[in-house]
Amino acid sequence: MGMSVDKETVLKIASLSRIKISDAQADTLLPELNNILGWVEQLGEVDCEGVEPTTAVIANQLRLREDAVVDGLTGGGIREQILANAPAREEGFFGVPKVIE
Amino acid sequence: MADITELSIKAIRDGIVSGDFTAVETAAAFNARVAAAKDLNAFIVKTPDIAVDQAKAVDAAKADGKPLGKMAGVPIGMKDLFCTQGVQTTAASHILEGFIPTYESSVSGNLWASGAVMLGKLNLDQFAMGSSNETSYFGNVISPWRKSGSDAALAPGGSSGGSSTAVAARLCPGATGTDTGGSIRQPAAFTGITGIKPTYGRCSRWGVVAFASSLDQAGPMAHDVRDCAIMLEAMAGFDPKDSTSLNAPVPDWEVALNSDLNGKRVGIPKEYHMDGMDAEISALWDKGRDMLRDAGAEIVDISLPHTKYALPAYYIIAPAEASSNLARYDGVRYGQRDLPDGAGLQEMYAETRAAGFGDEVKRRIMIGTYVLSAGFYDAYYTQAQKVRTLIRRDFDTAFEQCDVILAPTTPTAAFELGEKSDDPLAMYLNDVFAVPASLAGLPAMSVPAGINSDGLPLGLQIIGPAMDEQSVLNAGLAIEERAGFTAKPEEWWT
Repeated sequence: MGMSVDKETVLKIASLSRIKISDAQADTLLPELNNILGWVEQLGEVDCEGVEPTTAVIANQLRLREDAVVDGLTGGGIREQILANAPAREEGFFGVPKVIE
Repeated sequence: MADITELSIKAIRDGIVSGDFTAVETAAAFNARVAAAKDLNAFIVKTPDIAVDQAKAVDAAKADGKPLGKMAGVPIGMKDLFCTQGVQTTAASHILEGFIPTYESSVSGNLWASGAVMLGKLNLDQFAMGSSNETSYFGNVISPWRKSGSDAALAPGGSSGGSSTAVAARLCPGATGTDTGGSIRQPAAFTGITGIKPTYGRCSRWGVVAFASSLDQAGPMAHDVRDCAIMLEAMAGFDPKDSTSLNAPVPDWEVALNSDLNGKRVGIPKEYHMDGMDAEISALWDKGRDMLRDAGAEIVDISLPHTKYALPAYYIIAPAEASSNLARYDGVRYGQRDLPDGAGLQEMYAETRAAGFGDEVKRRIMIGTYVLSAGFYDAYYTQAQKVRTLIRRDFDTAFEQCDVILAPTTPTAAFELGEKSDDPLAMYLNDVFAVPASLAGLPAMSVPAGINSDGLPLGLQIIGPAMDEQSVLNAGLAIEERAGFTAKPEEWWT
């Protein structure tokens, strides 16, 4: 299993998670995350040789949807509903800061 | 006439159907109870006008001689994890503050179709992550219960803490809950009410704010087993919009309720006897065994050997799924956005999520991100999913020897707010008895079964095989009939 994380790793995880954290927050998170990770490490002692990982908890078959246009679901024409909660909208699209320099 | 707010779901529904009182009278009585209970902070949004409008529709249907549904005119609280069209849905987070869904979750839609009436959206732990309702952006929910001789505020349990408080304080006769790793059963046990998590896939997840998709399951919280059966029938059902929804008919659980357990075997898992177990919980468990034997059941000792690994496996699997599910909160399509002057897209994401998520949510997203990251995926995530397979096999083997399993719901009674909030691991241990059934997708319920020496309620848990909610409800009913739990919290909040 993994070993304990250092502060640099905490900052990297935060970056991968797209959550801005301050240096002080990283210091607080460091022991918290290590406590939790240290505790889950006990799973390493379970012999799982030949055991398949769970993919579906209750046996069930994934269904294919009928390839048909359904009003309100796949029929389109609901731009206003989709944009209704957008923090910023422009010309009928989601508005975001400029991404191309 | 008796106070309507003291009645069960069944009594309210039957009273409206038979014309003893109207749905509008019922809604008004509960709206008043809700308005007077601000100190409990159980509701994030109250919807008294919607309640009255929905009640009018039920009364009109009755006047027209139309058939009335299973929940006709029954006012309920809706956990604020279910999207409700036109009514703010936040998952108790800042990042979704102001989010007004343009669609209705399948479970809430099923309830309205059955005649239920919405009093409002109930508080919860943020994104359903917590066991004490202390992670809500909208403040703590306070349990209506207090220890004898104390004014200290107690945790209502979590994550469905608004639901448990609202039902226990009789602000509504029933409420929706969701259970990812105990979030229906633990709060039910803490507040002296009944709650059932059905088999994974019974209730549609469509329109429910996702936490951990392989575990999330909705269920009812109410005063007794019969009310849970009625409300679960109204909530459950196949939904083509949820890929893991079970395409199976919803049984008539209420009609088939039967507390005669002759010929049934009840398993007592030896691994649930934990070192340093609370003596009162241990004694309650023994009493539960006697009650089920009295109902005709045979008691058998069983073993669930991987029990001790359930909680650590859960705290890999649930955060992993959460880190993926919560990636959608990016400040682009809905919810809050934090855009400092001159910031680019990546900075906007990071600022938005820093400001929008609470500490526990951030911790879990980061744990999930770490265990899924390159180089660690197999050691953590794959290993946890293999252990999950072993836990499921434990239950499969056990159910060859018994029909249901009896266990405590929680290791202790309700604790004080603030008592565990600085120690995530101590908080996680609350769900040590609840999580195994969640990992295996099994139906499980908590029934109030006693009062401890502090005057606080304690719950017993029944776990059944997949799809066999009926056996769980029947054993729960047998306990309910024998425990004679009638204690109520003293009404300090009005």
